[in-house]
Amino acid sequence: MQEELFTSGRNIPNIDPSLEIWHWPISVYLFLGGLAAGLLLFAAVVTILGKDKDYPTTVKYASMLPPVALSLGLMALVYDLTHPLYTWQLYTTIRLESPMSWGAWVLLVTTPLSFLWVFSYYSELFPKWNLKFDFLKKFEQFLKKNRKNMAYALVPLSIILGVYTGILLSAFNARPLWNNAILGPLFLTSGLSTGAATIILLAKSAKERHLFSKIDLALIIIELGLIVHMIMGMYAGSEVQLDAMNLLIGGEFTLMFFGFVVILGLIVPGILEALEIKGYKIPVAVPAILILIGGLIFRFVMVEAGQITRYLY
Amino acid sequence: MRYAMVIDTLKCVGCSDCVVACQTENNVPHGYCRDWITEAVSGSYPSVELELRSDRCNHCDNAPCVRCCPTGASHIVEGGIVLVTGDECIGCGACIESCPYDARYQHPDGYVDKCTFCHHRLEKGQLPACVSVCPTKCMYFGDLDNPNSEVFQLLKNRKHKTLAPEAGTKPHVFYLI
Repeated sequence: MQEELFTSGRNIPNIDPSLEIWHWPISVYLFLGGLAAGLLLFAAVVTILGKDKDYPTTVKYASMLPPVALSLGLMALVYDLTHPLYTWQLYTTIRLESPMSWGAWVLLVTTPLSFLWVFSYYSELFPKWNLKFDFLKKFEQFLKKNRKNMAYALVPLSIILGVYTGILLSAFNARPLWNNAILGPLFLTSGLSTGAATIILLAKSAKERHLFSKIDLALIIIELGLIVHMIMGMYAGSEVQLDAMNLLIGGEFTLMFFGFVVILGLIVPGILEALEIKGYKIPVAVPAILILIGGLIFRFVMVEAGQITRYLY
Repeated sequence: MRYAMVIDTLKCVGCSDCVVACQTENNVPHGYCRDWITEAVSGSYPSVELELRSDRCNHCDNAPCVRCCPTGASHIVEGGIVLVTGDECIGCGACIESCPYDARYQHPDGYVDKCTFCHHRLEKGQLPACVSVCPTKCMYFGDLDNPNSEVFQLLKNRKHKTLAPEAGTKPHVFYLI
């Protein structure tokens, strides 16, 4: 005899059957935010270590992306609000308990800083386009002198930005798939990995590609470990967490999660990068693109699947 | 002062009068509702149990919606009632995601809306609309901190439960079982 518990009669067409409040812009934002965090952190660390001449892509060319990524991400975020004209209300309070609030404040500081970072390289990035006004030239010089200070500020800011994309989700205890402490470090690692992959794609020198292949390989291994940790944690959890885990293992998101995120997005590029480091000829664009696609699908899977998981009472 | 609602699941017949009363009283847009009837069937044949009850925002003590709200639009007022200030709400959906009872919805005007325990009626000394219309009188409303109140006495003398206690939200809606 089968024991059954089912709930019916919630006839609320605009709320049930499933909670889909967050749509694709949120997944895209989480990806772009993580990518920007990764790129900014690498640029800042390389600058602080005084290696900016050796790794020009990291500090110069790739860091043209964070301002674009953050701007597009912010647009996606605002687009998904149902009251976009009230966005300014985010900046009338500081609410430490709400990850979304401190995320909003971190973005408010980091986004302009990412623009200033690119502007400090203006003359080198666009040698043919002269700055017309004297004060802009002076401003560029001022930024150039303070690049290291900007880097010192960017290290904590980019880490918070990367971690917050995960903590944002893990703060929702009503969604069992999200409600675990691993999500913050997992999203940060994934963001750093996509950042490293982007640098590999853009880098011109073999030295820079090689270094970031190594960094990326380490990040992939950490990320796989965190994913195992997340699944084990849920496996040891309550029934709602077991149900959440079953979405990823043997449920409707299994192919997306294990096929595209874990195997094609982490294990395969990890093996390819390891072979490349060993000296085999591997087109570096392949693992890098796999990492980027895997990172994007990972956000989609987590946002979509998380919203299905809930408490049953 | 701690407002609480007590609902007798043994007396509820699932007529949805509370739902309609709320929609009328609070001008809830068509297709949405702030409270609803849940029918939960449990057990295995032939010993099957049916529970009927009226569900809504649980006005939690440890309200995750208030914690997650980035603008402070979701807040707790005197008596432990959780309210949303429409003008401060940006419609980010964080509170909707954080509510284990799925008690909130996006109002077509952009802000998030939900049960207020009919705060505007309480201010006039009236009961919430759902409580006042219930034909079987299965709903009770009052102050949990007052030992003479009906809700206090019912919870003292009758077996009761809250929904999803494992979510740790400490709800202010109790169900007599």
